[in-house]
Amino acid sequence: MGEIHISTDEIIFWQSGWFQLNATIVLTWVVMAVLVVISMWVRSRLTNDTKIPKLQNLMEVLVETIQKQIGEVSGQDPTPFVPFIGTLFLYIAVATLLGIVPGFNPPTASLSTTAALSACVFFAVPFFGIRKLGFGSYVGQYFKPTWLMLPFNIIGELSRTLALAVRLYGNMMSGAVIAAVLLAFVPLFIPIVMQLFGLITGMIQAYIFAVLAMVYIASATRVRQEEDLKTTNSPTGLEH
Amino acid sequence: MVSIIVAGLTTALGSIGPAFAEGRAVVQALMSIAQQPDESNTITRTLFVGLAMIESTAIYCFVISMILIFGNPFWLHIIGSGP
Repeated sequence: MGEIHISTDEIIFWQSGWFQLNATIVLTWVVMAVLVVISMWVRSRLTNDTKIPKLQNLMEVLVETIQKQIGEVSGQDPTPFVPFIGTLFLYIAVATLLGIVPGFNPPTASLSTTAALSACVFFAVPFFGIRKLGFGSYVGQYFKPTWLMLPFNIIGELSRTLALAVRLYGNMMSGAVIAAVLLAFVPLFIPIVMQLFGLITGMIQAYIFAVLAMVYIASATRVRQEEDLKTTNSPTGLEH
Repeated sequence: MVSIIVAGLTTALGSIGPAFAEGRAVVQALMSIAQQPDESNTITRTLFVGLAMIESTAIYCFVISMILIFGNPFWLHIIGSGP
């Protein structure tokens, strides 16, 4: 049946010492190039008239939708979070969508990429938390409700990060592997259906990744009110 | 040989729990939407996030099956130290 590549990490273009230029890095840069070039193109013809170019309209719709979703999920002002969360969502979504192009395996199908993205979220949570609440108040959260909970809170943080990485990796890799296996057995119509299904799950996973990252950041930056003065309920109900 | 059987069992057993749990989650979500249709956006969003978290356990089992079938460390070691 030939070799089934589990991940794009194994396709190596060039190697020198410990540094491997594998397909994951190349495809990641391709996705980045697509995003940056389209954004720069729209930026160069940004206009305020009543008739705006279609691409600019699309970008505005995207940014506004992401902003509104972040506002609803976090219950806070979404402006500081939109760049980070929006980039996460757009990167994973575009990486999935470009999978239509022949010869392109989404770089998120490799544990390296998803681990890197989830490490970004892991460092972003204290960053936003300390920026909003101050160092002492943020670290004090780990000692609530009692200082005995400190190891469990830390383990909770680490396991959430790990779960983010493995969830995205498992979803994307399973799509690629199933498509590859079916190509070997039933090469006519079924792989197309599986490819479509892979696209849908990819978009859903992009949304889930962004929303979960937002929930973690929001639960770290939420100003803790007194229990009896709690007036705002989190709309998702996921925060404790 | 045993690892092939275990790989099959991993995915089989590992998908049972999440399937039940997701079914119950969707049932509750549908009942909530029927009771409060104007909140359906929030309910749908929360449902999807909850489904993703439930699905993760099934995905862990799937990843382990894949590793056992395609990148079995035991076999690779045996092949590497073979003739």
